[in-house]
Amino acid sequence: MSEEALKKVSIVVSKGSLDGVYPGLIMANGARMEGIEASIFFTFFGLHAIVKKKMNNLKVATVGNPALCVPDAMGMAMPTVLGAVPGMSAFATYMMKQEMEKLDIPPVGEFIEMISDAGGKIYACKATVDMFKLKDKDFCPQMDRVLTVGEFYELSAGAQIIFT
Amino acid sequence: MSQVTLAGVELQLDENGNLIDRSQWNREVAAELAKEEGIDALTEEHWKVLDFIAKDYAEKEAVPGMRRMNKVGGIPTKDLYRLFPGGPIKKAARIGGFPKPVSCV
Repeated sequence: MSEEALKKVSIVVSKGSLDGVYPGLIMANGARMEGIEASIFFTFFGLHAIVKKKMNNLKVATVGNPALCVPDAMGMAMPTVLGAVPGMSAFATYMMKQEMEKLDIPPVGEFIEMISDAGGKIYACKATVDMFKLKDKDFCPQMDRVLTVGEFYELSAGAQIIFT
Repeated sequence: MSQVTLAGVELQLDENGNLIDRSQWNREVAAELAKEEGIDALTEEHWKVLDFIAKDYAEKEAVPGMRRMNKVGGIPTKDLYRLFPGGPIKKAARIGGFPKPVSCV
Protein backbone atom coordinates (compact mmCIF):
# COMPACT_ATOMS: atom_id res chain seq x y z
CA MET A 1 0.00 0.00 0.00
CA SER A 2 1.27 3.44 -0.85
CA GLU A 3 -0.91 5.21 1.73
CA GLU A 4 0.79 5.98 4.99
CA ALA A 5 -0.46 3.93 7.94
CA LEU A 6 -2.72 5.69 10.42
CA LYS A 7 -0.74 6.81 13.48
CA LYS A 8 -3.13 8.75 15.67
CA VAL A 9 -6.89 9.13 16.19
CA SER A 10 -8.91 11.56 18.31
CA ILE A 11 -12.42 10.33 18.90
CA VAL A 12 -15.23 12.62 20.04
CA VAL A 13 -18.05 10.93 21.97
CA SER A 14 -21.04 13.26 22.10
CA LYS A 15 -23.98 10.95 22.87
CA GLY A 16 -24.90 9.64 26.30
CA SER A 17 -26.85 6.54 25.34
CA LEU A 18 -25.29 3.09 25.52
CA ASP A 19 -25.46 2.78 21.73
CA GLY A 20 -24.04 6.28 21.43
CA VAL A 21 -21.01 5.58 23.61
CA TYR A 22 -19.86 2.10 22.59
CA PRO A 23 -18.80 2.78 18.99
CA GLY A 24 -16.29 5.38 20.17
CA LEU A 25 -14.96 3.07 22.89
CA ILE A 26 -14.58 0.14 20.51
CA MET A 27 -12.81 2.32 17.96
CA ALA A 28 -10.43 3.78 20.54
CA ASN A 29 -9.58 0.39 21.99
CA GLY A 30 -9.22 -1.09 18.51
CA ALA A 31 -6.81 1.70 17.60
CA ARG A 32 -4.58 0.95 20.58
CA MET A 33 -4.63 -2.77 19.71
CA GLU A 34 -3.23 -1.82 16.29
CA GLY A 35 -0.54 0.35 17.82
CA ILE A 36 -2.35 3.57 16.88
CA GLU A 37 -2.27 6.43 19.38
CA ALA A 38 -5.80 7.14 20.63
CA SER A 39 -7.61 9.71 22.71
CA ILE A 40 -11.28 10.18 23.47
CA PHE A 41 -12.87 13.57 24.06
CA PHE A 42 -16.17 13.20 25.90
CA THR A 43 -18.57 16.08 25.33
CA PHE A 44 -22.21 16.93 26.07
CA PHE A 45 -24.12 13.84 27.23
CA GLY A 46 -21.21 11.69 26.10
CA LEU A 47 -19.60 12.89 29.31
CA HIS A 48 -21.85 10.49 31.24
CA ALA A 49 -19.54 7.69 30.12
CA ILE A 50 -16.79 8.95 32.43
CA VAL A 51 -18.91 10.23 35.33
CA LYS A 52 -18.68 7.68 38.12
CA LYS A 53 -22.33 7.53 39.10
CA LYS A 54 -23.59 7.50 35.49
CA MET A 55 -21.10 5.41 33.53
CA ASN A 56 -22.46 1.97 34.36
CA ASN A 57 -26.11 2.97 34.04
CA LEU A 58 -26.23 4.14 30.43
CA LYS A 59 -29.29 3.04 28.48
CA VAL A 60 -30.14 2.18 24.90
CA ALA A 61 -32.23 4.99 23.35
CA THR A 62 -35.58 3.48 22.41
CA VAL A 63 -37.50 6.69 21.67
CA GLY A 64 -36.95 7.99 18.16
CA ASN A 65 -34.98 4.91 17.15
CA PRO A 66 -36.66 3.39 14.08
CA ALA A 67 -33.93 0.73 13.78
CA LEU A 68 -35.13 -1.16 16.86
CA CYS A 69 -36.47 -4.60 16.08
CA VAL A 70 -38.17 -7.43 17.94
CA PRO A 71 -37.47 -10.03 19.15
CA ASP A 72 -33.81 -9.44 18.20
CA ALA A 73 -31.67 -7.03 16.17
CA MET A 74 -32.65 -8.53 12.81
CA GLY A 75 -36.28 -9.20 13.67
CA MET A 76 -39.40 -7.24 12.76
CA ALA A 77 -39.28 -3.45 13.06
CA MET A 78 -40.72 -2.36 16.40
CA PRO A 79 -43.39 0.38 16.08
CA THR A 80 -41.54 3.48 17.29
CA VAL A 81 -44.39 4.48 19.59
CA LEU A 82 -43.58 1.44 21.75
CA GLY A 83 -40.17 2.93 22.46
CA ALA A 84 -41.86 5.25 24.95
CA VAL A 85 -43.48 2.43 26.94
CA PRO A 86 -42.06 2.46 30.50
CA GLY A 87 -39.35 -0.13 30.90
CA MET A 88 -38.67 -0.44 27.17
CA SER A 89 -35.30 1.28 27.38
CA ALA A 90 -34.28 -0.85 30.36
CA PHE A 91 -35.31 -3.97 28.49
CA ALA A 92 -33.45 -3.05 25.29
CA THR A 93 -30.42 -2.20 27.41
CA TYR A 94 -30.57 -5.55 29.18
CA MET A 95 -30.75 -7.36 25.84
CA MET A 96 -27.86 -5.45 24.33
CA LYS A 97 -25.65 -5.89 27.39
CA GLN A 98 -26.25 -9.64 27.29
CA GLU A 99 -25.21 -9.85 23.65
CA MET A 100 -22.11 -7.73 24.31
CA GLU A 101 -21.12 -9.89 27.25
CA LYS A 102 -21.19 -12.91 24.94
CA LEU A 103 -18.71 -11.13 22.67
CA ASP A 104 -16.52 -10.23 25.65
CA ILE A 105 -17.20 -6.51 25.21
CA PRO A 106 -16.74 -5.05 28.70
CA PRO A 107 -19.22 -2.80 30.54
CA VAL A 108 -18.50 0.93 30.12
CA GLY A 109 -16.50 1.39 33.34
CA GLU A 110 -14.28 -1.60 32.68
CA PHE A 111 -13.88 -0.60 29.02
CA ILE A 112 -12.68 2.90 29.95
CA GLU A 113 -10.16 1.32 32.33
CA MET A 114 -8.98 -1.05 29.58
CA ILE A 115 -8.50 1.82 27.12
CA SER A 116 -6.66 3.89 29.72
CA ASP A 117 -4.42 0.94 30.66
CA ALA A 118 -3.72 0.49 26.96
CA GLY A 119 -2.33 4.02 26.87
CA GLY A 120 -5.44 5.72 25.46
CA LYS A 121 -6.14 9.22 26.80
CA ILE A 122 -9.47 10.15 28.35
CA TYR A 123 -10.49 13.81 28.16
CA ALA A 124 -13.54 15.74 29.35
CA CYS A 125 -14.94 18.76 27.51
CA LYS A 126 -14.61 21.94 29.60
CA ALA A 127 -17.79 23.59 28.33
CA THR A 128 -19.83 20.54 29.34
CA VAL A 129 -18.06 20.15 32.68
CA ASP A 130 -19.01 23.77 33.48
CA MET A 131 -22.54 23.37 32.17
CA PHE A 132 -23.16 20.20 34.21
CA LYS A 133 -21.33 21.74 37.23
CA LEU A 134 -19.03 18.74 37.59
CA LYS A 135 -16.01 18.48 39.89
CA ASP A 136 -12.91 16.30 39.56
CA LYS A 137 -14.28 13.89 42.15
CA ASP A 138 -17.30 13.18 39.95
CA PHE A 139 -15.13 11.54 37.30
CA CYS A 140 -13.70 8.05 37.05
CA PRO A 141 -9.99 7.97 37.99
CA GLN A 142 -9.01 7.32 34.36
CA MET A 143 -10.06 10.83 33.27
CA ASP A 144 -6.74 12.45 32.36
CA ARG A 145 -7.70 16.09 31.89
CA VAL A 146 -10.47 18.58 31.28
CA LEU A 147 -9.80 20.26 27.93
CA THR A 148 -11.07 23.31 26.13
CA VAL A 149 -11.90 22.77 22.47
CA GLY A 150 -8.72 24.64 21.60
CA GLU A 151 -6.60 22.31 23.70
CA PHE A 152 -8.34 19.34 22.16
CA TYR A 153 -7.33 20.51 18.69
CA GLU A 154 -3.80 21.17 19.88
CA LEU A 155 -3.46 17.65 21.28
CA SER A 156 -5.00 16.25 18.11
CA ALA A 157 -2.18 17.55 15.92
CA GLY A 158 -1.45 14.94 13.28
CA ALA A 159 -4.50 12.87 14.25
CA GLN A 160 -7.63 11.90 12.40
CA ILE A 161 -10.60 13.33 14.29
CA ILE A 162 -13.63 11.05 14.45
CA PHE A 163 -16.96 12.42 15.69
CA THR A 164 -19.47 9.97 17.14
CA MET B 1 1.33 -16.25 0.81
CA SER B 2 5.08 -16.34 1.17
CA GLN B 3 7.88 -18.58 2.29
CA VAL B 4 10.69 -17.84 4.70
CA THR B 5 13.32 -19.81 6.53
CA LEU B 6 13.51 -19.03 10.23
CA ALA B 7 15.51 -20.96 12.83
CA GLY B 8 16.29 -23.51 10.13
CA VAL B 9 12.63 -24.22 9.39
CA GLU B 10 11.05 -23.46 6.04
CA LEU B 11 7.78 -21.71 6.88
CA GLN B 12 4.66 -20.91 4.88
CA LEU B 13 3.15 -17.58 5.84
CA ASP B 14 -0.27 -16.17 4.98
CA GLU B 15 -0.88 -12.67 3.59
CA ASN B 16 -0.54 -11.20 7.10
CA GLY B 17 2.76 -12.94 7.73
CA ASN B 18 1.21 -15.44 10.14
CA LEU B 19 2.03 -19.15 10.06
CA ILE B 20 -0.29 -21.26 7.93
CA ASP B 21 0.65 -24.57 9.53
CA ARG B 22 1.22 -24.42 13.25
CA SER B 23 2.91 -27.82 13.26
CA GLN B 24 5.93 -25.98 11.82
CA TRP B 25 6.09 -23.81 14.92
CA ASN B 26 8.53 -24.28 17.79
CA ARG B 27 10.10 -22.07 20.45
CA GLU B 28 13.06 -21.18 18.22
CA VAL B 29 10.70 -20.11 15.44
CA ALA B 30 8.82 -18.02 18.03
CA ALA B 31 12.05 -16.30 19.05
CA GLU B 32 12.78 -15.39 15.41
CA LEU B 33 9.24 -14.13 14.81
CA ALA B 34 9.54 -12.08 18.01
CA LYS B 35 12.69 -10.42 16.64
CA GLU B 36 10.76 -9.46 13.52
CA GLU B 37 8.20 -7.81 15.82
CA GLY B 38 10.91 -5.87 17.61
CA ILE B 39 11.15 -8.10 20.68
CA ASP B 40 14.77 -9.09 21.25
CA ALA B 41 14.22 -11.88 23.73
CA LEU B 42 11.15 -13.78 24.86
CA THR B 43 11.05 -13.80 28.66
CA GLU B 44 9.08 -15.93 31.06
CA GLU B 45 6.40 -13.21 31.06
CA HIS B 46 6.09 -13.38 27.26
CA TRP B 47 5.78 -17.14 27.47
CA LYS B 48 2.99 -16.87 30.00
CA VAL B 49 1.00 -14.93 27.38
CA LEU B 50 1.94 -17.25 24.50
CA ASP B 51 1.12 -20.34 26.54
CA PHE B 52 -2.28 -18.92 27.49
CA ILE B 53 -3.10 -18.17 23.84
CA ALA B 54 -2.11 -21.72 22.90
CA LYS B 55 -4.26 -23.21 25.66
CA ASP B 56 -7.23 -20.99 24.85
CA TYR B 57 -6.90 -21.52 21.11
CA ALA B 58 -7.01 -25.27 21.60
CA GLU B 59 -10.27 -24.81 23.47
CA LYS B 60 -12.02 -22.04 21.51
CA GLU B 61 -10.32 -22.13 18.10
CA ALA B 62 -9.84 -18.37 18.32
CA VAL B 63 -7.14 -16.06 19.59
CA PRO B 64 -8.47 -14.62 22.89
CA GLY B 65 -9.39 -10.93 22.99
CA MET B 66 -8.13 -8.42 25.54
CA ARG B 67 -10.83 -9.06 28.10
CA ARG B 68 -10.36 -12.82 27.98
CA MET B 69 -6.62 -12.31 28.41
CA ASN B 70 -7.42 -10.25 31.52
CA LYS B 71 -10.17 -12.32 33.09
CA VAL B 72 -9.33 -15.88 32.09
CA GLY B 73 -5.60 -15.60 31.46
CA GLY B 74 -5.00 -13.32 34.44
CA ILE B 75 -2.79 -11.05 32.33
CA PRO B 76 -3.42 -7.32 32.89
CA THR B 77 -3.86 -4.98 29.91
CA LYS B 78 -0.85 -2.89 30.97
CA ASP B 79 1.43 -5.93 30.97
CA LEU B 80 0.30 -6.96 27.50
CA TYR B 81 1.12 -3.53 26.07
CA ARG B 82 4.46 -3.50 27.90
CA LEU B 83 5.45 -6.98 26.68
CA PHE B 84 4.23 -6.60 23.09
CA PRO B 85 4.38 -2.88 22.35
CA GLY B 86 2.46 -1.53 19.38
CA GLY B 87 -0.29 -4.13 19.04
CA PRO B 88 -0.17 -6.74 21.80
CA ILE B 89 -2.61 -9.41 20.70
CA LYS B 90 -1.81 -9.16 17.02
CA LYS B 91 1.90 -9.53 17.73
CA ALA B 92 1.53 -12.25 20.35
CA ALA B 93 -0.69 -14.24 18.00
CA ARG B 94 1.86 -14.02 15.21
CA ILE B 95 4.77 -14.99 17.47
CA GLY B 96 2.75 -17.86 18.90
CA GLY B 97 2.13 -19.25 15.42
CA PHE B 98 -1.58 -18.39 15.30
CA PRO B 99 -3.62 -16.56 12.65
CA LYS B 100 -4.33 -12.84 12.92
CA PRO B 101 -7.02 -12.25 15.59
CA VAL B 102 -10.51 -11.67 14.19
CA SER B 103 -12.20 -10.08 17.21
CA CYS B 104 -12.80 -6.30 17.40
CA VAL B 105 -12.33 -6.24 21.16
